Amino acid sequence: MRFQPISRRTALRGAAAASLLAAPSILRAQPASVKLGILQPVTGALAQDGELGRLGAQLAIDAINAAGGIKSLGGAKIEMVFADARSNPEAATQEVERLQAEGVAAIVGGFASPICLAASQAAARYNLPYIVDVGVADSIVDRGLANTFRFAPGFGMFTSVAISNLAKLNDAAGKPIKTVVLVHEDGLFGAGLAKLMNTELPKIGLQVLETISHPTPARDMANVALRIRALNPDLVIPSSYYNEFVLLARTMQQQRIRPKGIYAVLNGAASNYRFVKEFPEAAANVMDCNHWYHPTNPLALSVKKQVEAAGKVMAYNVPLNYSCVGLVADAIEHAASVDHAKVIAALGASTFAGHIMPYNATKFVGGQNQGASPVNLQVQGNDIKVIFPAAFADAKPVFPVPA
Amino acid sequence: MSKHAFAPVALVLLVLAVVPAFAANTTINFLVSALIVTLAAQGWNLLGGFCGPFSFGHAAFFGTGAYVTAVLQSRYGVNAWVGFAAGIAAGALVGGLIGWLSFRAGLRGSYFALITLAFAEVFRIVANAIPLTGGATGLLLKLDVRPANFQFASRAAFAWIALACVVAVLALSIAIARGRLGAQFAAVRENEDAARALGIDVLATKLRAICLSGAVTAAAGGLYAQYFLYLDANIAYGSWISVEALLAVIVGGIGTPAGPLFGALALHALGEATKLFAGAITGIDLVLFGLILVGAIAFAPAGIAGSLQTLMARWRR
Amino acid sequence: MYTPSIIAEAVVNGLLTGAVYALVALGLTLVYGVLHIINFAHGALLTCAMFAIWALSEGLGLNVYLAIPPLALLFLGLGYALQRWVIGPASHGDDGNTLLVTLGLSIAIENGLLALFHADTRTLSGDAAFDVVELGPMLLSRPRLIGFGVAVLVALLLWLLLAGTDAGKAIRAVAKEKMGASLAGIDVRHIYALTFGLGCACLAVAAGLLMPTFYVNPRVGNAFVLVAFTIVVLGGMGSVPGALLGGLLIGVVESLGGLFLGESLGQAGIFVLFILVLLLRPAGLFGARA
Repeated sequence: MRFQPISRRTALRGAAAASLLAAPSILRAQPASVKLGILQPVTGALAQDGELGRLGAQLAIDAINAAGGIKSLGGAKIEMVFADARSNPEAATQEVERLQAEGVAAIVGGFASPICLAASQAAARYNLPYIVDVGVADSIVDRGLANTFRFAPGFGMFTSVAISNLAKLNDAAGKPIKTVVLVHEDGLFGAGLAKLMNTELPKIGLQVLETISHPTPARDMANVALRIRALNPDLVIPSSYYNEFVLLARTMQQQRIRPKGIYAVLNGAASNYRFVKEFPEAAANVMDCNHWYHPTNPLALSVKKQVEAAGKVMAYNVPLNYSCVGLVADAIEHAASVDHAKVIAALGASTFAGHIMPYNATKFVGGQNQGASPVNLQVQGNDIKVIFPAAFADAKPVFPVPA
Repeated sequence: MSKHAFAPVALVLLVLAVVPAFAANTTINFLVSALIVTLAAQGWNLLGGFCGPFSFGHAAFFGTGAYVTAVLQSRYGVNAWVGFAAGIAAGALVGGLIGWLSFRAGLRGSYFALITLAFAEVFRIVANAIPLTGGATGLLLKLDVRPANFQFASRAAFAWIALACVVAVLALSIAIARGRLGAQFAAVRENEDAARALGIDVLATKLRAICLSGAVTAAAGGLYAQYFLYLDANIAYGSWISVEALLAVIVGGIGTPAGPLFGALALHALGEATKLFAGAITGIDLVLFGLILVGAIAFAPAGIAGSLQTLMARWRR
Repeated sequence: MYTPSIIAEAVVNGLLTGAVYALVALGLTLVYGVLHIINFAHGALLTCAMFAIWALSEGLGLNVYLAIPPLALLFLGLGYALQRWVIGPASHGDDGNTLLVTLGLSIAIENGLLALFHADTRTLSGDAAFDVVELGPMLLSRPRLIGFGVAVLVALLLWLLLAGTDAGKAIRAVAKEKMGASLAGIDVRHIYALTFGLGCACLAVAAGLLMPTFYVNPRVGNAFVLVAFTIVVLGGMGSVPGALLGGLLIGVVESLGGLFLGESLGQAGIFVLFILVLLLRPAGLFGARA
């Protein structure tokens, strides 16, 4: 290779560039970014939910960065370090180790309770703050792990709100409901919910005719529908994942089974825009007690638009992860540091109000946000409305369902 | 195990023994997961590799070992180490039960494989329903970090324990392979009728194999329970562990004592390596994983141990 | 506890569901009976076929039932190619290796579909699923009735093909005695590939029959595979009438089991039946002695 002498022009250019680099430039100095671990199952059985969780987190990070990042750290931008939980706890644990090694300030996500349990425990070894996005198992916050926080309501809260609102609904309509059939998926949330329902429903004067459990995935819901038809209950309470409830609802429509109401709790489809759009007749007037975004908060509505522009539906994973990321960013802002202990302290004392969930004032006790609450929703006119609590409602309940 | 394969195995074990002392937690966690699968795979290998019957339901043993120790600890306050031992015994028992039912009915080949699958599924469905195992909520082992409670502050300690188990079973496998039991296993594997003609009690031999197999895989389940501290029916009896154990053995070299170790390490390493390709397109990393698996078998059908043996034999020539 | 009409309807539901299970099992039983391999990629291939139906129906506006014949032909070719040029060569004739190859393929296919279509559940638009045929007090879903009819028809066609045509005879010959068949001049590799192709074609038909009332996402096929294995064993490995009758039986068992034990425990019922059949009569209803 022939040696090419450096031309003077090149040398001058090089010197100029070097001098720019060497020159002290306070204005140009970027503070180190704040790394935030986002753990979601984007492959495997939970991939659909994982993608939505990731989207919510991404939108929040973009918004915070656009607004100037973490100001108390000199405008440091948040950098997402994404980890695929691969829909199982072992992979999630390995990813937590990797996230810790990469120096994240906190981890948000997990989605499924087994994943959240394993991941938050692994994070606890390093006192790494872990914010659960969805996982409802009460055991997640009952273990006494200082690093684990949950912004959304847990199981116990869900059932008590669902039942008290059902009682209100029934009373306000003149008690048309006397008999109930429970349909539930046989996993953690479905089975637990059904057990609690069986104890609590009689206390509000409702008789549980039968409790029907089904596996996930279910190949067929025809016999579940058959049994509902045979029992002819006033109300059906389904707690299933998306696909199974859609199957059930479609089968009930085909079989012309129309109880006085369908009151879902923590249902994957009952308050899902995709279901409403694809099967409007089957979805009409279905009620759900579930996570939901704040229906009148302008920020929430703008996030909804962004989600729809991305071709996705505004399922609860999005606003929950959006809010959790905001919560962490707010804590880091207050702590003016990414030190684990300081962030945990800031989270514990957090009164974060910049979220898009219909919650009361943020207050953490033992890692659980006391202000968190589910809402009651109903599909009305091809849209999903909030019917309880009154403070966030944007429609009145249609109950009992017109025949 | 031939002399040729001994050196690489010893090398790998040495590395595994030394690494936890100074490696990052990411690596140690990777090792623990890989070693737990190795142990489960070693159990599988004792049955399928040494003696012949292919099982698709080793989760039945894994889950039993895990649940027995978890239930004894959380419900009856039994000491964790005692629970671990009890889990191993339970694994042997379940192995004996499944083996007795299946072998006495003369099930072989795919029929045996499928019946083990069915057993594992039944266990899973039942474990998901009954209160003893925590039902669908699962079982959470209380976080109480004390060595006497089989929980360690240092991940390295756990890695060494897992490694010790793997080494123990490896030594056992080599001893079996060289001894009379191994010869009986091999005879049954090659030709059952001929073995019977030679005077070998085929049923008893197979039962020994499956009891040993069940015990070892149950130990892996017990280790899992102690490390992750949470179990539910899908984790304990799900098909994932049946598949991983089977895969690890076939990739590593079926019937060889070190095959499960090589296979489990290789598969886990591949899983981690393909993560690097997990970019904007979700799932691409796993597509790569699957394709590499197919390619690996296409070009190295004897598995890692087999290929190593060929390589070493060629090198010494 | 349940009125006779409820039980009768559950039985009918079981028969309708079982017919589609039978189609899925047909592919599996053929492949097992002839190639003596357990195809781990069966579920992923079914998912593939279901996505293909969805794409043809939603993308090209083709009626689902019209999409089945071309898709079946496509999958015949696809299956042929897969066995001839991927699975066969990669396995080097070893059963353990074939397991691994089909497993690797299933992982690659499932995640390939994830990469292409994302995890979202897709369904066919339109109200075809809600068409009902009234039979006494029962409201039977028209797509499911069509599914039953087509499944039985396909089983019959397949049986005729195996019994009557030269190719069918060649397939049966290879299934019975590979060495002898090859000595008689039959190209075993070609027959293996043809059989695999036929199995995939059955999956394409099953996909078309399922889609109107079901849904598709990258993992949906897995739910049918375990049941398919059960049916293959129940009906006898390699037996076409066995797969059909076994499918119908399993459908009814699942239905009644769900009715009396609950859907979740009812699933255990299927496997208990499976275990009992294996222990008491491993050759299945129609299989040759193992």
